[in-house]
Amino acid sequence: MDNLVAKSPCAGLLPLTVGRSTATEVDAGKMTMVSPRKGHAEALGKAMQSAHGLGFPAPNSAGTAGEVRAIWFGHSSALLIGTEPADGVREAAALVDQSDAWAVVRLEGAGAEDVLARLVPIDLRLVSFPVGATVRSKIGHMSGSVTRVGEDAFWLMVFRSMAETLVHDLKSAMEAVAARG
Amino acid sequence: MRITCPHCGERDHREFYYKGHALALERPAADAGEAAWDDYVYLRENPAGVTRDLWYHEGGCGAWVVVTRSTLTHEVLSTEPASEARA
Repeated sequence: MDNLVAKSPCAGLLPLTVGRSTATEVDAGKMTMVSPRKGHAEALGKAMQSAHGLGFPAPNSAGTAGEVRAIWFGHSSALLIGTEPADGVREAAALVDQSDAWAVVRLEGAGAEDVLARLVPIDLRLVSFPVGATVRSKIGHMSGSVTRVGEDAFWLMVFRSMAETLVHDLKSAMEAVAARG
Repeated sequence: MRITCPHCGERDHREFYYKGHALALERPAADAGEAAWDDYVYLRENPAGVTRDLWYHEGGCGAWVVVTRSTLTHEVLSTEPASEARA
């Protein structure tokens, strides 16, 4: 049997530092799309709370509990990251394994907001997009997810197949921001 | 043009895909008769004023949204999730 080597979505593309911002790849581990079954939204929230320490996230918000994250991911869906879904969650929700489906990039530094202002059609300044806020929106021309994970740090997610475009767009924006000094 | 998604809030219209008049919400019953079905399948309104459209939030949360807007002023009057809207 051949010994296959797992390759991450941004292998060979990151890390990248330009000016006052840095992009690095995140190995998010296990990722599962969680969608409540009809009439089970409340039960799902309770199951997630008791098993993983965080409830089903409200629209445009993300929660963390230790190594586990739950990011709101669209109409009736959230991404549970960093753990296998517990049995109670399985009973209340439809689950889809997304572990290898997304490129996850951490963008941080004093220039991160300015970089994203060039790519995302949303006000992502700290005053309107605090830590724990998330959006599904466009990153450049791609559908993606943006979450603020720290005062000057974001998680950006796009489909794995678009990792190279994401890094290209980020690099262009980072260079343009850096050029302005 | 800005559209308020019922889940995400106010967003730029580039995040949305335009489907057209919210016809799917007005589907007649199977036994509604030939005239009703002829109207549903073939006859279209072209209003100068308030109209009701379906938009898909494809660059966002993935919800279908019913948008009530004016073709005269481009004003968006109201929005609601298609899952809760019925004609």
